[in-house]
Amino acid sequence: MLPAVRQRILIFPKSLFGSIYQANNYATEATFKTQPYKLHMLENGPSTEVTMTRDEGLQYYRQMQVIRRMETVAGNLYKAKAIRGFCHLYSGQEAICTGMEAAITKEDAVITAYRAHGWTYIRGVSVHGVLAELTGRASGCTQGKGGSMHMYTKNFYGGNGIVGAQVPLGAGIAFALKYQKKNNVCLALYGDGAANQGQLFEAFNMSQLWKLPVIYICENNGYGMGTSAERAAASTTYYKRGDYIPGIWVDGMDVLAVREATRFAKDYVLKHGPILMETATYRYSGHSMSDPGTSYRTREEIESVRGKRDPIFNLKEKLLSSGFSTEQDLKNIDSDVRKEVDEAAEKAKSDPELPLEELYNHIIVDPPSDMRVRGCDVTISAPTKG
Amino acid sequence: MAACRGKSMLTRQAWRLFQRNFSQTTPVAAQLTVRDALNAAIDEEIKRDPSVFLMGEEVAHYDGAYKVSKNLWKKHGDGRIIDTPITEMGFAGLAVGAAMAGLRPICEFMTFNFSMQAIDQVINSAAKTYYMSSGMVPVPIVFRGPNGSAVGVAAQHSQCFAAWYGHCPGLKVISPWSAEDCKGLLKSAIRDPNPVVFLENEVMYGVPFEMSEEAMSENFLLPIGKAKIERAGNHITLVAHSRLVGICLDAAKELAGIGVECEVINMRTIRPMDEETIVKSVMKTNHLVTVEGGWPQFGVGAEICARIIEGPSFNYLDAPILRVTGADVPMPYAKTLEDSANPQAGNIIRSVKKSLNIK
Repeated sequence: MLPAVRQRILIFPKSLFGSIYQANNYATEATFKTQPYKLHMLENGPSTEVTMTRDEGLQYYRQMQVIRRMETVAGNLYKAKAIRGFCHLYSGQEAICTGMEAAITKEDAVITAYRAHGWTYIRGVSVHGVLAELTGRASGCTQGKGGSMHMYTKNFYGGNGIVGAQVPLGAGIAFALKYQKKNNVCLALYGDGAANQGQLFEAFNMSQLWKLPVIYICENNGYGMGTSAERAAASTTYYKRGDYIPGIWVDGMDVLAVREATRFAKDYVLKHGPILMETATYRYSGHSMSDPGTSYRTREEIESVRGKRDPIFNLKEKLLSSGFSTEQDLKNIDSDVRKEVDEAAEKAKSDPELPLEELYNHIIVDPPSDMRVRGCDVTISAPTKG
Repeated sequence: MAACRGKSMLTRQAWRLFQRNFSQTTPVAAQLTVRDALNAAIDEEIKRDPSVFLMGEEVAHYDGAYKVSKNLWKKHGDGRIIDTPITEMGFAGLAVGAAMAGLRPICEFMTFNFSMQAIDQVINSAAKTYYMSSGMVPVPIVFRGPNGSAVGVAAQHSQCFAAWYGHCPGLKVISPWSAEDCKGLLKSAIRDPNPVVFLENEVMYGVPFEMSEEAMSENFLLPIGKAKIERAGNHITLVAHSRLVGICLDAAKELAGIGVECEVINMRTIRPMDEETIVKSVMKTNHLVTVEGGWPQFGVGAEICARIIEGPSFNYLDAPILRVTGADVPMPYAKTLEDSANPQAGNIIRSVKKSLNIK
């Protein structure tokens, strides 16, 4: 895949004679070809020609590396028992949240399921905020009260633990955006496992009837927990399963294709109503930290994806072949990322937890001052704050 | 006083209220059915706050399955009164999402029996989100509709959900009785920033009540979490919610004939329960009978018993607390059977006599 490189020749006489390896002679925009999209009920789709500036490429590279490193560290913290309960890692799927965030604004809304750490970061929560939430500290983005599956920030509605429930919620957020006459969309994500839930089809129906500005996204990583897509779904062409809702299949391992398709989808949705995107992706880890992920799939399959389709590696190749960066520069970014994440992890291990009184707070908004919350026995009657 | 409908009467009442300098008593201004009180509450709150809207099956073009939302669609249009497909889990979830994103939905369940299809969205998405998000995401939604037994609708359409929803932290659960309860509490529920389950009763919809001028006004609110003593008495306390408050008052009238004076407490709110009012009453009367329409096991009465036993009024009891509940059976259809499945005044009277050791 050879890029067509557009050189911008700056009027510095020195560069006309300098070597192409000089630091101040990088090209600034490159064009690539994506895999073809598959379309359902659409005449035209996103463009297979995608462009990337140097700054964009480096930004996406760094973001994906942060998420990759953050998830690796989360896995280690879990094995060290610093994280408890559920921990679902996003490693391998980074191109989806990174590419989509690049296509939307902070005024658009996102809601997803429980494999949410990457989305939480990309929507604006720091690595420290994510890791400290996982270790249950007061410095966590929800002060340790939510944990892995319940992280929120502005226009990011979690993190949801019940499979499929986030999809009608997403339709409702889109309903509110339309009601409030905002020119924004809601991204409602779900997995191939959730794609068979009845409530999805209920949401599809209402959002189509009422032309709600919602982009439904199936992050198809091939497995719902330990059940492969073929064993769970009579139809695995998820992008067609919106039926009367148009659909697009996208290569979810190509961050530029994801961005392009999401730009197309946002434009479509603001004019016509809902659309459904299926992003073909893969998770390297098991379903969660309690699943080694090898009883229902082969190690060869995992290694094959890592070797041929890794989203970070794909982008790295583009950055190198276009001359936007060098191996060394990328290695520098890698170690900078490592430093950032490892520092955050140290804080996440040592930050204090919430004081005990907080157990009884945030149950309801504006509780009356005389309201008391019962503890585990009759002697415990705690005051509460909203 | 003539029955009150329509805007002009309300404007006249509001003007009179404005003119009045003080009010010693609350004179009766009108008669209003429970249905019309609910209608007025929804109408007024939709007028007052652009983020309030009503959504549910048949609420718009059909005027409401039980006519509670009559004329509202004609007044407020497609944008504020929204008919949904028959997909409870989907539209309840959609309504919760809209609330998370800043609107104030009133989500109607045609009956609360159908809320079971959507109960995950009520509990896991609505009730718990404020806590899980550490106060970042409030969910200002009202789920409302008829609850409990009606007449002749049999087992799948007669269940009372007060105990199920009352069990969950993060929810407020209201079970009103009178027209005044319904108007003041529904308005408070809609203005409340928390998820509220508002349990109406179909049999009560057509029952008229006297309404004071104050209750007829557009800003009449009742506090959530405060019970009302409908009838004062010294011999025994009866605590009930919803339709059974009226049955208690019937029983109290009959018992007054033999010299027994019952204190009848209308709970109004299931969660948070007004324990203080019940405790004070028990300290006065030393006898307690709880009355509810729902099943006995793990019900509202069982919770009241536990709280009285654990609290300061236990030592004031001169007899064990007794419960009057629906029979522990799925609701039958045949009339004779149904009458014995729902608590009647006779069950209350028998329990009062047992508590007071009267033959």
